[in-house]
Amino acid sequence: MRSDVKLGPDPLLSKPGRSYWGLVWRQFRQDRLALAALIGVLLLFLVAIFAPLLANDKPIYLRMQGRSYFPIFKNYHRFFETDFKALADSLAAPDLALFPPVPYSPTEYDLTQALKPPNQYHWLGTDDRGRDILARMIYGARVSLSVGFVAVSIYVLIGVILGSLAGYYGGVPDVFISRAIEVMICFPTFFLIITIVAFLPPSIYNIMAAIGITGWTGVARLTRGEFLKLRSREFVEATRALGASDLRAIFRHLLPNALAPVLVVATFGVADAILIESSLSFLGFGVPPPTPSWGDILSQSRSYVDFAWWLTTFPGAAIFLTITMYNLVGEGFRDAVDPRLKQDR
Amino acid sequence: MRAYLVQRLLLMIPTLLGISLITFLIIQLAPGNPAELKIRQAIEAGSMSAQDSQAIIEQTKQLYGLDKPIHIRYLIWLKRMATLDFGNSYKDHRPVTEKILERVPVSLQLSLISIFLVYLFAVPVGVFAAVKQRSFSDRIVTLILFVLYSLPNFWTAMMLILLFGGGQFLNWFPVYGLNSEGADRLPIAAWLFDRGWHLVLPVFCLTYEGLAYISRQQRAGMLEVIRQDYIRTARAKGLSEKTVIFKHALRNSIIPIVTLMASLFPAILGGSVIVESIFSIPGMGKLGFDSILARDYPTIMGIAVISAFLTLIGILVADLAYTLVDPRITFSGKGRR
Repeated sequence: MRSDVKLGPDPLLSKPGRSYWGLVWRQFRQDRLALAALIGVLLLFLVAIFAPLLANDKPIYLRMQGRSYFPIFKNYHRFFETDFKALADSLAAPDLALFPPVPYSPTEYDLTQALKPPNQYHWLGTDDRGRDILARMIYGARVSLSVGFVAVSIYVLIGVILGSLAGYYGGVPDVFISRAIEVMICFPTFFLIITIVAFLPPSIYNIMAAIGITGWTGVARLTRGEFLKLRSREFVEATRALGASDLRAIFRHLLPNALAPVLVVATFGVADAILIESSLSFLGFGVPPPTPSWGDILSQSRSYVDFAWWLTTFPGAAIFLTITMYNLVGEGFRDAVDPRLKQDR
Repeated sequence: MRAYLVQRLLLMIPTLLGISLITFLIIQLAPGNPAELKIRQAIEAGSMSAQDSQAIIEQTKQLYGLDKPIHIRYLIWLKRMATLDFGNSYKDHRPVTEKILERVPVSLQLSLISIFLVYLFAVPVGVFAAVKQRSFSDRIVTLILFVLYSLPNFWTAMMLILLFGGGQFLNWFPVYGLNSEGADRLPIAAWLFDRGWHLVLPVFCLTYEGLAYISRQQRAGMLEVIRQDYIRTARAKGLSEKTVIFKHALRNSIIPIVTLMASLFPAILGGSVIVESIFSIPGMGKLGFDSILARDYPTIMGIAVISAFLTLIGILVADLAYTLVDPRITFSGKGRR
């Protein structure tokens, strides 16, 4: 039984500072590729969080006539509808405007610059309205990461609840929930998701919800299986003998022991959710414009696929790399949680 | 065997009910009911006045049973599902079943070819990587499989079109449809060649993800089997490595891989929505996508239900295959499921 590794009076565990998660982390760290992928994912989160500071048509810092302005952080009356780039060009020596590394906003368009291949101004080229691809990709990270995170949280919640009910109580609840899982597995999930998304008004929340309510089967099956394994163990019997309620037994005693494999599945799930979101955007059922998303940029490239290689290559590479990183983190995490599997690798 | 089959078929009934319930709920989710939608179309077309429209709304509601309470509506839906009668398409008013049935052969052709290719390549690749575990070639293979597994198929499709589809780069493969124009007049061999030529890119896009998945499973399964005692016994009695791997280990490791076919099937059907729309292939995926774009609810529901049926049958067949190839599993069914 796998969980022997993490349970019981293991001398390693009782040592101070060697909690179960501490051990998992120690194991995880040894997988360099997974560690690099984890750092990559964290960097990507930073990019998403600080997107307005990385790509913006406003300067981060502006000094004019002896006064300092921070146009990204604050809206000044004085600069209402000001074109900062024209302003910056007109500034003289002591005054200066400090732009972010990508001095374009994701929605700022310039038809004279439409469909330009990568050049010194637009590092990754422009789309058919002359919008900067890099700026759009930086903001697109926000959509992908938040959809991945929220959608998976929704289905982990649903899956854990249904799986624990089925695994803990068995009997009638188990029959119903197991059937429900089988029903959901029969549907081509992606088709179901587009149908739901197409029927609802376009919004990022509906996408999250659609992925969330269709994706829970894997987590539910896993939780059910873990609970079935755990529920006859002595510590659960002891919990019951002490008079703990079912809720307490489930949430305080069983769930923490079943959580690790669930979180591994959730990590792979985030990769999947990002893939689904970008596929939806690619097909035109994604986040409504003008919000940029990777799949959306890629779908624009369909009209220009005979020459605009930059429109196809870069957003796709972003999706691919993000998915790969999540999958690598997932694999490292899985091996750390269950070192027995590692020998198989 | 017969008892097991009957039991499995009976177990399908609650699943079918669940499928009907979910599709029914999705129909309820649809904004505006079909009656109002039809009327709106008519008013937009300018062929109807507001007074007439009210009467027609009532009529259509009756036709679709929309004036009845929800549980009666569900029973009506159930009856139509049982007879595979999904009504007429909103788009061209042809029966939905007919529209889907003419697309099934195309999708089946695509998915059967890709499943065949998946197993044709995945089993040897997985065995090879397992036998050479931790060697340089194993690492390379594992890495390639990992990359293939993470590669989004719509991106792959776009990149292939960009590179080989006759744009700025190479012009090696057609990227539109299943046959060239006028292919009907070609002799059979040339027609087949033309069809095959058209299928290369879409089939590749549908295949590689499953290939990566199954290869990884095959490798893991093989590693598991190689460590068993009976393999050590086989080696100890002096059998050649070839006999040990191919006669003893492979046969046992391949069994669980067979059941995975059931999970490949819905994945490939779902993936065909994207691949078929990118390559304009008139299969079920493209039909589904077009129906969603046109808000053609009857067709959408028909496709969802029929795909679910097909998958259910796929799971059943895979389970039966499992019991057939593994003599250790008895048909009494106790303890399974």
